[in-house]
Amino acid sequence: MKDTTGYLDMELLRFSTAGSVDDGKSTLIGRLLYDSKSIFEDQLQAVKEASKRLGGGEEVNLALLTDGLRAEREQGITIDVAYRYFATPKRKFIIADTPGHIEYTRNMVTGASTADVAIILIDARNGIIEQSKRHSYIASLLQIPNVIVAVNKMDLVDFSETVYNDIKKEYEEIAAVLKLKNVIFIPISARDGDNVVDASKKTPWYQGETLLHLLETLPVRKDETKLPSRFPVQYIIRPHSDEFHDYRGYAGRISGGSFKVGDEVVILPSKTESKITAIDEGNKSLDEAFTPQSVTIRLADNVDISRGDIIVRKSETRPTVSANVSLLVCWLNHRPLNEGGKYIIRHATEETRAIIKDVHFKVNINTLENILDDKTVKMNDIAHISIKTLKPLKYDSYGENRITGSLVLIDENTFETVGAGMIVHNLEDETYTI
Amino acid sequence: MSNYKLTHLKELESESIFIMREVAAQFEKPALLFSGGKDSIVMAYLAYKAFYPAAIPFPFVHIDTGHNFEETITYRDELVKLLGAELIVGSVEESIETGRAVEEKGFSASRNKLQTVTLLDTLEKYKFDAALGGARRDEEKARAKERFFSHRDEFGQWDPKNQRPELWNIFNGKKQLGEHFRVFPISNWTEMDIWQYILQENIPLPSLYYTHEREVFERDGIIYAALDAIPRRESEKVEVKRVRCRTIGDITCTGLTLSSADSLEDIIGEIASSRVTERGGRSDDKRSEAAMEDRKKAGYF
Ligand SMILES: Nc1nc2c(ncn2[C@@H]2O[C@H](COP(=O)(O)OP(=O)(O)OP(=O)(O)O)[C@@H](O)[C@H]2O)c(=O)[nH]1
Ligand SMILES: [Mg+2]
Repeated sequence: MKDTTGYLDMELLRFSTAGSVDDGKSTLIGRLLYDSKSIFEDQLQAVKEASKRLGGGEEVNLALLTDGLRAEREQGITIDVAYRYFATPKRKFIIADTPGHIEYTRNMVTGASTADVAIILIDARNGIIEQSKRHSYIASLLQIPNVIVAVNKMDLVDFSETVYNDIKKEYEEIAAVLKLKNVIFIPISARDGDNVVDASKKTPWYQGETLLHLLETLPVRKDETKLPSRFPVQYIIRPHSDEFHDYRGYAGRISGGSFKVGDEVVILPSKTESKITAIDEGNKSLDEAFTPQSVTIRLADNVDISRGDIIVRKSETRPTVSANVSLLVCWLNHRPLNEGGKYIIRHATEETRAIIKDVHFKVNINTLENILDDKTVKMNDIAHISIKTLKPLKYDSYGENRITGSLVLIDENTFETVGAGMIVHNLEDETYTI
Repeated sequence: MSNYKLTHLKELESESIFIMREVAAQFEKPALLFSGGKDSIVMAYLAYKAFYPAAIPFPFVHIDTGHNFEETITYRDELVKLLGAELIVGSVEESIETGRAVEEKGFSASRNKLQTVTLLDTLEKYKFDAALGGARRDEEKARAKERFFSHRDEFGQWDPKNQRPELWNIFNGKKQLGEHFRVFPISNWTEMDIWQYILQENIPLPSLYYTHEREVFERDGIIYAALDAIPRRESEKVEVKRVRCRTIGDITCTGLTLSSADSLEDIIGEIASSRVTERGGRSDDKRSEAAMEDRKKAGYF
């Protein structure tokens, strides 16, 4: 039997692809899975047959390993995110292969929103184009901790060091403006596998790591167990049984820091105080629990708590409690943002309504400058807005906490998710471009 | 403060429990689709954990093709009792008798596709507005595209080209009257994660998953149980072999694996060195390239 004991305590890394249409994102993921021997025989056989049927002859189109929808295969593009999984002895990976087409930017945002690493592909022949910048901007908004810029299709530019360096130099300027953290460059050919899993002989001028090695060694996101404690109450557990007659527990997922039995806590927005008497996980009781565990907290007093409230440790920094919220929004719907209009807001476990008070500016993706005179926020636009909510939100900035710092806007009539919002306190203080 | 890092299994468990609680909070009448396979079994245990010590706040729904392994039904009934859950059975046989579904004919006839009719009818009959399913993204290429909260129109259909954005861990379960959601809490689990979790949590499984002697026959390279539900051609010889199930579904589409694995450790070892996917043995996926996508669009699990 193979040794599988190491598998039980592996680290999890989530990464997503980004970049313009046809830059080779899906091919790269296919190559990564193939060269790391994560493809099963029946999957490979199916992809071989599909490649032939779609007119590719004997060459295996590795993009078909993720482009699984009929429409994607017919059009040769990615439409929605595909999630793939693989593991090496070092780490376990969740891949989100996202679409490059501007029409499907919302799906790129979906895939990128939970990523620890973004791989931004650039076609060496075309260099950096608007969509490369848009995706970089989104990666910066989402504060993805690591960005790998993969200059792809090096085989089509004779593995030229000059081409690579020119793109690298231009991107470094953009990264500086976007305040992207930890940017790493790598020349690859997704189609042929150069520098993906195995180091390429055709790029002797490149001294860096292969892509897989980078993914295995890059640091995972910052330690969220060290943040100020946050426990958004999700669901109230009351058994109504004889055995657990008086049981009253607050179920939720720890969204910052940790909690211990005996902690003095404050419930927001009511500011009621109490003390933790138990932390339950299924039928086990814990002394202490950490982000991102799902647990049930019991308190000493019979206080009035409902879904949407947030429990925090009394001694720690509290979230802002306010109905006025300032945010950077990425607009995801064909219908433009309606200034003065009302939307449903979902923030942590809270749901309320809000009115759009102000659009301060939107971003020109090409120049990365702010546009102040045109405030129609259309699909794929990024803008800075202010909203006023019906119930006060208990929030942090997105830079402080990804969970209590993010929200979505929902259309009141269609119920579609139309906007992704990242809360900011004061734009100048934040790590953003603006 | 102590330094703490969740193992990936704990992280997956926590994510799934979060989603189950979100369903209980956001919907009026959810149900958990229970097939009797390992994924639904893990789902059942996760649901138990998510709401303990309260009862699981939604019933289990089993869409029964009438072509089940006997062990599946025995196991199902015991598990429901053990976890204190409520069970609702939707019968494909009944759908056929009432003319809602038409039985396929021929040697490769299967009631797998007919389950969609019974499933949608059952959801409508009980006015369920969310159905929790144990599908995983690593199972199949169309499933790889699925959201956690997957919107279904009033005909129960999935529109893969126009899914709602799903950002961070914020789930939007809002819908119009008559529409419903399919929710997949274990989307991010792989087959290996499921087995490791079963081992870690010491979850008892139906005996079908372990090696046993059985009368089987081979068709198109797949080994099937020699039971009445699958009509055999004369050329298809029945033999006794040591086999086990890697997935359990309806008898007519469950391929068996030659195996002598009689413990979870053995099974895990077998899967770690396997060169084919678990669905490689499922004839329902082999019908065409987009078989799963087409079934899903129509409202299949
Ligand atoms: N020569 C060469 N061709 C490549 C390379 N990588 C990708 N391609 C080709 O580029 C085309 C587009 O590749 P995809 O992987 O589908 O591109 P994508 O970025 O996933 O596209 P979208 O998902 O639609 O945005 C295909 O024909 C690939 O074979 C490469 O390294 N070299
Ligand atoms: Mg693609």
